[in-house]
Amino acid sequence: MLLKYTLALISILILFTTSLFVGVGELNISGYLNGSHEQELIMLASRLPRSFAVVLTGSALAIVGVIMQKVAHNKFVEPTTAGTMDSAALGILVASILMPQSSLMAKMLVATGFSLVGSWVFLRILKHLPITNPLLVPLVGIMLGGVIGSVAGFIAYEADLIQYLSIWISGDFSGILRGRYEMLWLTFGLSIGAYLIADQLTIIGMGKNISLNLGLNYRAITSLGLIIVSMVTAIIVATVGMIPFIGLIIPNLVNRFVGDDLRQALPIIAYVGGCLTLLCDIAGRLIIFPYEVPVSTIVGVTGSLAFIFLLLKRDTNV
Amino acid sequence: MFKSDRNTLISLGLLSITFIILFLTYNVGGSWSFALAFRGKKLVVLVLIAIAIATSTILFHTATQNRIITPSIMGFDALFIFIQTVLLFFMGAIQFISFEGIAKFLVEMGVMVSVFLAMFYWLFLRGNRSVYLLALTGIILGIFFRSLVNFIFRILDPNSFAVLQSELFSSFNAVETNLIFIAAPMIIACLFFVYLLRYKLEIIALGKNTAVALGVNYRATVFAMLAIIAILVAVSTALVGPITFFGLLVSHLAYQITKHQNHLNLIIISSLIAICTLVGGQFIFEKLLNMQATLSIVIECIGGITFLLILMRAHKK
Amino acid sequence: MIEIKNLSKSLGNKQVLKDIAFNLPKGGISSIIGPNGAGKSTLLCLMARLLSLDSGSVAFDGLDIAKTRDDTLAKKISILTQSNAISSRLSVEQLVMFGRFPHHRGRPRLADEEFVTIMLELMELTDIRFDFIDELSGGQQQRAFIAMILAQDTDYILLDEPLNNLDMKHARNIMKTLKDVADNMNKTIILVIHDINFAAHYSDYFIGLKQGEIIVRGDVDTVLTQSQIKLIYDIDVSINIINNKKHIFYYS
Repeated sequence: MLLKYTLALISILILFTTSLFVGVGELNISGYLNGSHEQELIMLASRLPRSFAVVLTGSALAIVGVIMQKVAHNKFVEPTTAGTMDSAALGILVASILMPQSSLMAKMLVATGFSLVGSWVFLRILKHLPITNPLLVPLVGIMLGGVIGSVAGFIAYEADLIQYLSIWISGDFSGILRGRYEMLWLTFGLSIGAYLIADQLTIIGMGKNISLNLGLNYRAITSLGLIIVSMVTAIIVATVGMIPFIGLIIPNLVNRFVGDDLRQALPIIAYVGGCLTLLCDIAGRLIIFPYEVPVSTIVGVTGSLAFIFLLLKRDTNV
Repeated sequence: MFKSDRNTLISLGLLSITFIILFLTYNVGGSWSFALAFRGKKLVVLVLIAIAIATSTILFHTATQNRIITPSIMGFDALFIFIQTVLLFFMGAIQFISFEGIAKFLVEMGVMVSVFLAMFYWLFLRGNRSVYLLALTGIILGIFFRSLVNFIFRILDPNSFAVLQSELFSSFNAVETNLIFIAAPMIIACLFFVYLLRYKLEIIALGKNTAVALGVNYRATVFAMLAIIAILVAVSTALVGPITFFGLLVSHLAYQITKHQNHLNLIIISSLIAICTLVGGQFIFEKLLNMQATLSIVIECIGGITFLLILMRAHKK
Repeated sequence: MIEIKNLSKSLGNKQVLKDIAFNLPKGGISSIIGPNGAGKSTLLCLMARLLSLDSGSVAFDGLDIAKTRDDTLAKKISILTQSNAISSRLSVEQLVMFGRFPHHRGRPRLADEEFVTIMLELMELTDIRFDFIDELSGGQQQRAFIAMILAQDTDYILLDEPLNNLDMKHARNIMKTLKDVADNMNKTIILVIHDINFAAHYSDYFIGLKQGEIIVRGDVDTVLTQSQIKLIYDIDVSINIINNKKHIFYYS
């Protein structure tokens, strides 16, 4: 057990350190240790914030994914397959148009409201779908996201904000600098919040009847879960942009090995989410060095492949 | 055969002609010959796309025995862009500069048809998969191809992102009019083959067992249909870019209003609906409302809602 | 004691239950019997507050379910509904431990763990306690769920078709266990059950439901008679007494 923890700690430290020293600006360990001022600036203003941002985003997205899977009772649901991400992007767009002078925090709150409404609409639609066909759920969610996305596209086009919208749509860590990412630490707090209600979320995942039987306020826990999901999504879309599939792949990968009891699984999900996103981001920085491939593209390619694998692997019982 | 739908056909035809005339002549400011030539080309492209998408969707519904998934929902237009990109990637690598125009297009078509058939075989003919699984797989495949195209473009040229944008997003304003002379004959040839196949299509629609029992070479016919679909999808994607829900929208409108649902009727009616939507929509948005390039977004939005409704209604039955 | 007063329920346009009223004393096993669509499951769900009442009231030991907090009720009554097709990947032990949730609220103590161990033993699940429930057979899943409900350690236990998916051996063992739990731990168990001979063997009290109304209730001798069964199920049966127990033959 101790060995596992040590290995886990060492591997994320290696990844994190790698992330610190990969990039266009000259930064090497010896130079940094020699106390070059320029090197210190790159480290503190760019590399460190970026690496933190990647880990925070990856783990928060993975956690949010598993919360949605519990709330929707479907393991193919996550913010991009439930319209939540698109709703958040629409919210930021609307906030930017209606109150362009407001702070990022205010815009993010509007986005939270939008993604909350989006997820709520999604859950309402789910009530009309048969539980016997679990694939219908992500299908409907992706469509809903598409419709919301096209509304956002329409508004953005008319308001001449397509450029901004595409920044939010395509998740990318290359713009992360000190002073521009700190809000992501909020997702850390929200993840802790999710951990505090881990048992309740697991019970919610067992269905309404069992939840009621165990004396849970089903609606309150569902709402709490959705609020966490919406806030995290809004923060990530506002600071990094949309990143698909992390919330779907990581929980489905982790539960193969450790199951769905969130009290146990949640830290592991967060850990794996952080690590894999770091890996993707480092790969994105290395593949066409000194240029970058945005992380959303890397995750889009690998994540969609993994998703298809998940789908077709179980096609015998669909 | 057309009798029961004569009124529908006549009114849709008249509506199409009205939109076409309006599109060509409304508010021509300067030189008429220039305006007509310019708008004429664009009109031809719109009509070609309309016919290609409507026909390929109806054929696809028949070949797969369902009315929920369409070639573009299955990610096949993204597949075509992916093929284009990969070819560009390799041709660029071996400096095959002379490889242009018709030859390039034909190679793209050839690869598209083969890959399409292989994918179709992989997805549809192996195992009995539910339509929802296929639709979901297709949508994710679409995302996969798009991400991959994105990726390749980044590697090809990390600085210019604009080329990619125009490739991946459909816009009826920036249609590729220079492809008309290749695209038009191909679509006409496809329609001719569809016409030849018209009786067999009715039998294919009854399902594999019935078709085999009635002595139709099921496999050969379906493969012929798929080749036609692949070419139509490729041509329309090359002309305007991917439009996910347009086929679904026009085909379902056609299913709603067509009384005698043989394929000839369905294809003609859905094509006319598609022409009305594209030409009329473009006229309204571009000329009347003076909104640029929003038609595709509006179509995607309405199409997406239609798809949601179809999914939800399908299970209620 | 359970007190039910003029309870009615409509689902959609259909009135499923009409003016149900009865009292059940504490202890023993009661079986709700009746044909398909009689409203048995609905009655059980209403009693366990899984559905809301249209009218009337249900109270357990004076606790009105409409006025009592859910977490308080979770320590008083437990219910297992029929379909529990859950997609979660939990181990059997984890699932059963969730039955203790109303007591430990997320912080299991040693006593909770001991309780779970006993329940696993009781339901013959000890060997598979670390297996994931989504990989078990239907019968094993059913036993795991019953173990969870028993781990909840409530005075009143409501089970809808607990013998679903179970083979002869496990069905009998579970009925024996339930009887044992009812008699020795002073629990009140209410079942919806289709196998009338199991009911005849193990039940102390019967409620016969038909078309949303109680048409007969009482002990074995009152309810399980040819005439009453004819009234409830609309079929002719013969009743034999073997080893002091009634056996109802309805096969031919």
